[in-house]
Amino acid sequence: MEDNSKIEQLKKATPARIGIGHVGTRYKTRAYLDFLAAQAAASDAVFNEVPETVVEQLGTFEIQTKCQDKYEMLTRPDLGRLFSDETKAYLKAHCIQHPKVQIYFGDGLSSPSIEANIPDLFATMKAGLEDDGISVGTPFFVRYCRVNTAREIAPLLDAEVICVLIGERPGLITDESMSAYIAYHARPDMLESEYTVVANISRKGIPPVEAAAHIVDTIERILKFQCSGVELGKFV
Amino acid sequence: MYLQTILLGRTYQFQTVKEVLAKASEVKSGDSLAGIAAGDKLERVAAKTVLAELLVSDIRNHPAVPYEEDFVTRIIQDDVDEKIYEKIKNWTIAELREWMLSSETTGEQILEVCRGLTSEVIAAVMKLMGNLDLMMVSSRLHITATCNTTIGGKDIFASRLQPNHPIDDIKGVAASTLEGLSYGIGDAVLGLNPAVDTVDSTVAIWKLLGDIRDRYEIPTQTCVLSHITTQMKALQTGAKADLCFQSLAGSQKACEAFGISPDILGEAYDMFLRDGSAKGKNVMYFETGQGSELSSGANFNTDQGVMECRCYGLARHYHPFLVNTVVGFMGPEYVYDTKQLIRAALEDVCGGHLHGLPMGCDVCYTNHMLTDQNDVESLATLLAATGCHYVMGLPQGDDVMLMYQSTGFHDVAALRELLHKHPIPEFEKWLEKWQIYENGKLGRNAGNPEIFL
Repeated sequence: MEDNSKIEQLKKATPARIGIGHVGTRYKTRAYLDFLAAQAAASDAVFNEVPETVVEQLGTFEIQTKCQDKYEMLTRPDLGRLFSDETKAYLKAHCIQHPKVQIYFGDGLSSPSIEANIPDLFATMKAGLEDDGISVGTPFFVRYCRVNTAREIAPLLDAEVICVLIGERPGLITDESMSAYIAYHARPDMLESEYTVVANISRKGIPPVEAAAHIVDTIERILKFQCSGVELGKFV
Repeated sequence: MYLQTILLGRTYQFQTVKEVLAKASEVKSGDSLAGIAAGDKLERVAAKTVLAELLVSDIRNHPAVPYEEDFVTRIIQDDVDEKIYEKIKNWTIAELREWMLSSETTGEQILEVCRGLTSEVIAAVMKLMGNLDLMMVSSRLHITATCNTTIGGKDIFASRLQPNHPIDDIKGVAASTLEGLSYGIGDAVLGLNPAVDTVDSTVAIWKLLGDIRDRYEIPTQTCVLSHITTQMKALQTGAKADLCFQSLAGSQKACEAFGISPDILGEAYDMFLRDGSAKGKNVMYFETGQGSELSSGANFNTDQGVMECRCYGLARHYHPFLVNTVVGFMGPEYVYDTKQLIRAALEDVCGGHLHGLPMGCDVCYTNHMLTDQNDVESLATLLAATGCHYVMGLPQGDDVMLMYQSTGFHDVAALRELLHKHPIPEFEKWLEKWQIYENGKLGRNAGNPEIFL
């Protein structure tokens, strides 16, 4: 019993896969299968599509970047931030213009992150901002979405603050984590350092409702100081 | 210099040496993203055909970035042994390739000649090599370096113990470290990537790893992979570590994006020689990886194979104890799938070895690549067979901080057994004392970290 508690103490100190034993030089079957399951989920999160039914349940519409498929999304970050003229016209026709804050959702590198987080995350953010008298634009979903879509969408809809909620690259601890990338007056030639990021939003990280409250506070500070990213940090 | 060839009745005309090198490269998604890759397979072979007839001097005289504009170019060019260069400057790249592959040529001779080659030339000759060519050349180069122990040596396959933790929790890092030691991992270095890049956390982890090394009298090295300037400040507090870490890139502009310059690297090198706890003269640890130049817009239309080799040209200036490519970390924009991963890793390890570096590899992938753990196991086997100095050892290959997968503790043990390789000798003796290893294999205490408690 004494020995057993020592190894359990070690295991409690880290989420790393320790104390898993071995057969010869190799993994025990249980540990082997656990790893395979976590990696399969992470890989599927990247390569599976967000089902159209999920977009419908969010009550939003969908647009697509210039990428045609996941392959292009993963290999052409330049195309994953751009939209065709047709898509831009469609977006403009279906959205409120000049919102204080434009929030939208992107699959990024984790498709399950949308269904897992957006319902609680967006509802809480929208309510929080509108309670404080801040107008929120029409939400929508972007397929094959990179963070830098924000540089195209903000000028198009004339949004003062833009916030994209986008799937993160999955690890083996969770496949449904997402991040919020927020920028003041985003534009094509802005610097990477102008983004304010809230990362690790998931049931296993910062829970969506808690993250929403933090993002609302952040957006209100961005509006107050009229800047984001590294610049905003100077006002802490 | 002739940049034209006729292949199967078609004429191919290239404009620059840089274009020939880029188009002669095996497929990498990063070169396609940069818009410099061959348009099709035959054009790739045409570029290789042209490259085969170029002279060593043609490649040296056309560096990726001009000498006047780039400190990486200056370090590479100034470090060339001119006497050796004079002897081989008129060899064609094809002749250089065949000389390297010849049974008559020894590894010592190859390393000698490579001191007269720029990194671009070393990259060029590898573009005329198939995967097994790279392995044959790499495997005959025996390179050693000494910090507290000596890495390299015949039949040695070492490992870095990478005990990363999401918030650098001291108990958590210790737990993974003890587990790794119990599988015979950590003879290259006990080296943590910190979640937070601060002087305080660097000092705290240095102390932890140093205490573990001292308490159990482990013959190895310690390192925290924070930014080089953070480690310099940590050293000034009086805290100690054996190795100084930094990521390198292949152009000045890309190095600047990493926040490094020759002044910083030189100062850190001197500081760690003087004030660090290493006994030997090799005190630097560098990481590289194809694609980092393009990701910071600093590739100068140069292919990522050439840029990676320039990292090694920069690295060799500082006589490192460890250098490893983190071959699958940059993402599918640069290295897309298993095929590209294998090719990049074999190029990197061979290229590093040709630069005289004790070369390891983080055999790894992110979950947005078309790869899985089987690919890691296959590639690690190729690399162990080719004389790669070390790989990473992680708990079941899963990095819970950086969110990617690499080789596991068990994989290192398996490869040693499969290929009759050993840990660094002093470290193996230490493992035998704890009965973690017995008769050159995992012993009765393997996998049981409780022996340390």
